[in-house]
Amino acid sequence: MSYLEYAVKSTPTGFRKFLYMNWPLTLLLISVASAGFLMLYSVAGGSWMPWAEPQIERFGLGLTVMFIIALVPIWFWRNMSVLAYLGSIVLLIFVELFGTIGMGAQRWIDLGFMRLQPSEVMKIALVMVLAAYYDWLPSHKTSRPLWVLIPVILILIPTAMVLKQPDLGTSILLLAAGGGLMFLAGVHWAYFAAVIAAVVGLIATVFNSRGTEWQLLKDYQFRRIDTFLDPSTDPLGAGYHITQSKIALGSGGWNGRGFMQGTQSRLNFLPEKHTDFIFTTLAEEFGFVGGITLLTLYALIIIFCMVTALATKDRFSSLVTLGVALNFFLFFAVNMSMVMGLAPVVGVPLPMVSYGGSAMLVLMAAFGIVQSAHIHRPR
Amino acid sequence: MKQRNPKAQGLAYRRLPRRALILGGLQTAFIGGLAARMRFMQVDQADEYRLLAEENRINIRLIPPTRGRIYDRNGQIIGQNTQSYRIVMVREDAGDVDKVIAKLSELIPLTQEEINRAKTEMRRSAPFLPVTLADQVTWEDISKVAVNAPALPGVTPEVGMARQYPRYEDFAHVVGYVGPVSDYDLSLIEDPEPVLRIPRFQIGKVGLESKQEISLRGKAGAKRVEVNATGRIMRELDRQEGEAGADLQLSVDADLQQYAQARLADESAAAVVIDCETGDIRAISSAPSFDPNLFVRGISVADYRALTEDNYRPLANKTVQGTYPPGSTFKMITALAALEAGVVGPGNTVYCPGHLKVGSRRFHCWKRGGHGTVDLNLSLKRSCDVYYYDVAVRTGIDKISEMARKFGLGVKHDIPMSAVAAGLAPNQEWKERVHGEGWLVGDTANASIGQGFMLASPLQLAVMTARIATGRAVKPRLVRSVNGVEEPSGAGEPLDVNPYNLNQVRKAMFSVSNDRAGTAYRSRIINDEFRMAGKTGTSQVRNITKAERAAGVIRNEDLPWERRDHALFVSYAPYDNPKYAVAVVVEHGGGGSKAAAPVARDIMLQALYNGTPPLEAYPVADRDRIKEQQKRLEGDRRPKARPHEKDRA
Repeated sequence: MSYLEYAVKSTPTGFRKFLYMNWPLTLLLISVASAGFLMLYSVAGGSWMPWAEPQIERFGLGLTVMFIIALVPIWFWRNMSVLAYLGSIVLLIFVELFGTIGMGAQRWIDLGFMRLQPSEVMKIALVMVLAAYYDWLPSHKTSRPLWVLIPVILILIPTAMVLKQPDLGTSILLLAAGGGLMFLAGVHWAYFAAVIAAVVGLIATVFNSRGTEWQLLKDYQFRRIDTFLDPSTDPLGAGYHITQSKIALGSGGWNGRGFMQGTQSRLNFLPEKHTDFIFTTLAEEFGFVGGITLLTLYALIIIFCMVTALATKDRFSSLVTLGVALNFFLFFAVNMSMVMGLAPVVGVPLPMVSYGGSAMLVLMAAFGIVQSAHIHRPR
Repeated sequence: MKQRNPKAQGLAYRRLPRRALILGGLQTAFIGGLAARMRFMQVDQADEYRLLAEENRINIRLIPPTRGRIYDRNGQIIGQNTQSYRIVMVREDAGDVDKVIAKLSELIPLTQEEINRAKTEMRRSAPFLPVTLADQVTWEDISKVAVNAPALPGVTPEVGMARQYPRYEDFAHVVGYVGPVSDYDLSLIEDPEPVLRIPRFQIGKVGLESKQEISLRGKAGAKRVEVNATGRIMRELDRQEGEAGADLQLSVDADLQQYAQARLADESAAAVVIDCETGDIRAISSAPSFDPNLFVRGISVADYRALTEDNYRPLANKTVQGTYPPGSTFKMITALAALEAGVVGPGNTVYCPGHLKVGSRRFHCWKRGGHGTVDLNLSLKRSCDVYYYDVAVRTGIDKISEMARKFGLGVKHDIPMSAVAAGLAPNQEWKERVHGEGWLVGDTANASIGQGFMLASPLQLAVMTARIATGRAVKPRLVRSVNGVEEPSGAGEPLDVNPYNLNQVRKAMFSVSNDRAGTAYRSRIINDEFRMAGKTGTSQVRNITKAERAAGVIRNEDLPWERRDHALFVSYAPYDNPKYAVAVVVEHGGGGSKAAAPVARDIMLQALYNGTPPLEAYPVADRDRIKEQQKRLEGDRRPKARPHEKDRA
């Protein structure tokens, strides 16, 4: 197996690789991150500390990581896929045994200079290993049950481990990203139809079980679902966050209340305003115009990734790029749905904007692979 | 070596772009959905959410209004607001609350009750809100706390307003006192104003403070403040000043009131002075009294028990709340009823052998031997009972009762004091209704001399006297002006009574205190300008049995205090140009001429001379004694040291 069939000669070498990078994508990432710096400056009451400055430093680090990864040929990363996956599994086991407990869940490994969240690493590793798997698998076997079972297991192992932490949000993202990649790889649609039917059936069964003897969820779990469906039933308890978030978002109006003028965030009515609910602050201070602008930037990132993926002839590159884009999409789609009251509060940050180190570093690394695929695409 | 042409490797490979586009389409649709949701919330519903955000952010805080002050008729202050110092504590600044409180209680006296109350309040309120630890603290204690400030984190002295009554006992029964709003107070008010829910906000509890609460309280102002999610005030947005409570001016003369209070001294007694021209209440004292300031700061259990266990009932306002059988002071009413009914003329006589058989019972005159032949003038002057038994039976109770009401007995006078009693001027219908028994002719005989069912308060007796003196329906007026606007005068319309008859009664009352044979001759005024007309009364609080009467009625001095007769005296002066009407009741004081008349005369003179009267106004024989009394009362009236003020500002 060799890449020599590709016209390798035509791929750029040395520092010429910089010129062949996907620069629009890079600029989009910088823009989104800058929006994040601005908002972190605002929620700190007009101060670079404690959030904006560390975030800028981390973004600089992330950008460097992205460039380094981009310069390494994509086939190296393909070969590293299985290792990355196994390494992430080991990290997940490690965090289960020695992890730091934060926010009621065991998620972190303290590395001293930063706190690593293995589940974030796993998001990318899973995309890589699945892309490599389908790159390796002869296409006619794609939909055979045995060859479908292997990626399903690859997905379910980390999902189960993350769910146990417990981190429902990330495990759902893993499941969705893995399933999306299998869909892209061309697994027969009947499998997906069956799974969707099963899930719908399960949900219906769970809800029908309420109040009967064989009730499948605990009463408090049902109440949480009720609160999500109608936050006004519990305005001071669990529904408080979502109610305040919607008030902040809605009160932004067309132009917003002005930079650093958002009363909901400034007066602490908003929870977690520098992490999960940072989009609310943005929407409150810059209004519909600001919100749509950020949404457009996100959409453009997805579009540039898809163009890169479809332009390359290498299957691994395509799949990994689409996988990273899907992950990125799931990130902001779930976060925004959450703050707009369309999804339950599950604790998913807004990619590149929310304060947080490991998520951003992992994303930048992932975009490094996308850049590498772009630079080293067969020409 | 296998050919790896990525785009030519079968079905699954060809599917990739299509699947990517499907997935991309789904993603775009979702992003579109998010945008639509955002538009819906931020454009269509923006106003609603903006309103909710403002509701979150903006809080209305009440500014308690300044309570109206109370003055006497000459502008002397009776109820005022003074600065009071209190010690407050902010929980979040204090750190270890228990330790700081322990340290504080070493410096200043703190009761366990105060500490517990403060701790409970702290548990309930936000950690940054100040909670009062000690109220009404002396300047000395404030200094101690200030000096030790570094050792007492979170503890600060604060200045507030508190009600203060600089005339102490003199106006306790008139003005009453204020106190913090209790849950019970709130339960009485339908839809209470929000200002009442301010912690430790003070409202009138008794007396004028309570009755005029609404005008004294004023209107609370409000400030709009921006608060954060925990309720801490970030800044003030704007404020709307409230309205201070109305200043009230009483008709009472504080100096006369003080004299009356001092003159009643240690008796259980009441005195009311009414201005005949305007109905102004010039003095209205009930003795013994109490210091209303004790109640403002929260009276101690021991002090309160001392007040409630006193036989002389210092807390009761005897002037309007206490009702007594009016005794012989009622005889003017019986006389007027008889004269108006045409039953007797002023010249008609009745023979008094010392008793009269009415119905099946024998009614006695207070004078065992009887008064002989008695006309109207003599009957009042000597206070003959038989005369009244006789004319009352002929007049009938209903006419007497009607006359009593005309002169303000048995009706409730509308003055802003607590528990104003209506007294009782019974008639046949009343007894039927209340006792379910028919009226007996013996009841009429009892009523004719102000005994039996008949009850009147000292205020009613003063009003009755003023009405007799003027012939007008004088109405008592306690509040002279509100915020400088004068209240309607209580001069009243002329009464529907024959002036000739009224004059006969007045003449007789003049004889009472100016004829040598009059029952109050000893308590006369000898200044011709200020001649006084009056009537004594001695009302029994017990029945004299046949056996006792046979053995000789026991003298008052030999009875236990609570079984002695009440002493009453009503009077007005000057006789020819009535200025003041005075009623005095001395509970269980014995005879009216001895116990009540001198007090009434002294108060009357004090009012007439608007200060200490010259000795020439008194009968020569009394002057030495009066001089001594004046000196003594001057001493009593000097401000006394208030023991509780030493330890608490």
